[in-house]
Amino acid sequence: MEIDPFIFRLSIFILSIFVGYYVVWSVTPSLHTPLMSVTNAISSVIIVGAIIAALSGSNGVVFSSSSIYGFLAIILAAVNIFGGFLVTQRMLAMYKKKKKDK
Amino acid sequence: MSANISAILYLVSGVLFILALRGLSSPETSRQGNLFGIVGMVIAVTVTFLSVGNFSSGFIYVLIFLAIGGSIGAFIAYRIPMTAMPELVAGFHSLVGLAAVFVAISAFINPAAFNLGTPGNIKLASLIEMAIGAAVGAITFSGSVIAFLKLQGIMSGAPITFKGQHLLNALLLILIVILTVYLCSTQSSNLFWILIAVSFLIGFLIIIPIGGADMPVVISMLNSYSGWAAAGIGFTLENTALIITGALVGSSGAILSYIMCKGMNRSFFNVILGGFGATDQTIGGQSKEQRPVKSGNADDAAFLMKNASSVIIVPGYGMAVAQAQHALREMVDTLKKNDIKVSYAIHPVAGRMPGHMNVLLAEANVPYDEVFELEEINNDFANADVAFVIGANDVTNPVAKTDPQSPIYGMPVLDVEKCKSVLFVKRSLSPGYAGIDNDLFYKENTLMLFADAKKMTEDITKNL
Repeated sequence: MEIDPFIFRLSIFILSIFVGYYVVWSVTPSLHTPLMSVTNAISSVIIVGAIIAALSGSNGVVFSSSSIYGFLAIILAAVNIFGGFLVTQRMLAMYKKKKKDK
Repeated sequence: MSANISAILYLVSGVLFILALRGLSSPETSRQGNLFGIVGMVIAVTVTFLSVGNFSSGFIYVLIFLAIGGSIGAFIAYRIPMTAMPELVAGFHSLVGLAAVFVAISAFINPAAFNLGTPGNIKLASLIEMAIGAAVGAITFSGSVIAFLKLQGIMSGAPITFKGQHLLNALLLILIVILTVYLCSTQSSNLFWILIAVSFLIGFLIIIPIGGADMPVVISMLNSYSGWAAAGIGFTLENTALIITGALVGSSGAILSYIMCKGMNRSFFNVILGGFGATDQTIGGQSKEQRPVKSGNADDAAFLMKNASSVIIVPGYGMAVAQAQHALREMVDTLKKNDIKVSYAIHPVAGRMPGHMNVLLAEANVPYDEVFELEEINNDFANADVAFVIGANDVTNPVAKTDPQSPIYGMPVLDVEKCKSVLFVKRSLSPGYAGIDNDLFYKENTLMLFADAKKMTEDITKNL
């Protein structure tokens, strides 16, 4: 009997939860705010769904009832991707070690 | 592009996201980690374009919308003050949630574009995944909007409770399950819209009873939800990158919520089911006796610190409100010039989101190796000469260790009272968020400095 591809995706999902569990516990508490902003940015990978939705219009029709939602989602996800990664970068740039000689 | 190659590339971008989080284990590797995240995102987006392979006029619009959203995001990222990070993160969560809802709607209207069947005849598994993604996304959206409004001060931070609240929430949750079941059997679009509307309502209802200082838990929880929403959509789209990311973000938010709850010694359900708001009234009824406090001015504080050999600074949300982090850093610079050892003690729930204080201190150029977590520094208070509490309150209250009747009993607190002397910067004697008096105010070795945190810190620096 063939295995439903859903099972493979479920396996990836479950294993990723475990990976996430161990990786996140190793994040130093002082970086918890950047952790939130970067997880925010990466969860916006939902933009792949938005792009597929936006390009789903049949020939010649760019804005159909379904693709409009895709375009709206693209804007939202793009705000998040750029905003999330850049603000994380900005925060991380501020974390400095003590200067040895001063 | 063949489906297999794109699947592998999505996997690569998923792995890069894992590395992005892995990088955050230390500040040195964190910047590289962020770069991994960006590369992962670029790969995911590029692969999507190539696999859809539709470079007609629609593609141009996609780029335009991408640029619009991107420039808004970049603008916000550069302009936002660091003190406003909690609001920003809450706002961003709401966008992820809403994006998930939109993608689910689009997939429901036009399932053929996603290979999920035809309208009215969508594959059962996809329909369930879609419903879950949309529901969780909608809850994330409305919940985050409320959290944002509360953090921004547009909406009062006080918990809003009413009779039968929990019953109503429970009924609505059951309703969602019922709607999903019916949706699967009838494929009716009306049910789908009702499902989304009810989910919006739930998100709204579960966040309004939660008070301001519980926001660290709420933000972490919504972070987690936004991950699960993304994972739900990932299953619908059969996209590995989205599934991996959803799981990562979901567990990350869950862990942060757990850490925050532990920092307050409260169970997750206790926080979610309405917080300290309910206990507030009973305590407010008790008559408070007047106890003597010692108050001083900047001169006294400067004198105490000048004669100290080690000072521990305990920042809290009040420091963020007063924007006092830069003034504080100047004061510390002056202290260091006088050969006084200075370190910072951070309680896990200080501020309005996990790690909030660390970011503010980093912004003020405080080196991160002078900043310590509760467990690392708590034993040092006994050997320190002066503790300088600026904008923190409940997290220093010794009652948590001594009075089993107290609502915060058992919460880990900073052992500030063990210092030789305590300087407590505060506007007034009013109790903190938990609604209880802080015993520390009345201790023999405590000197209260009644003033705005920033102004007081600047005055002390002048007097040093």
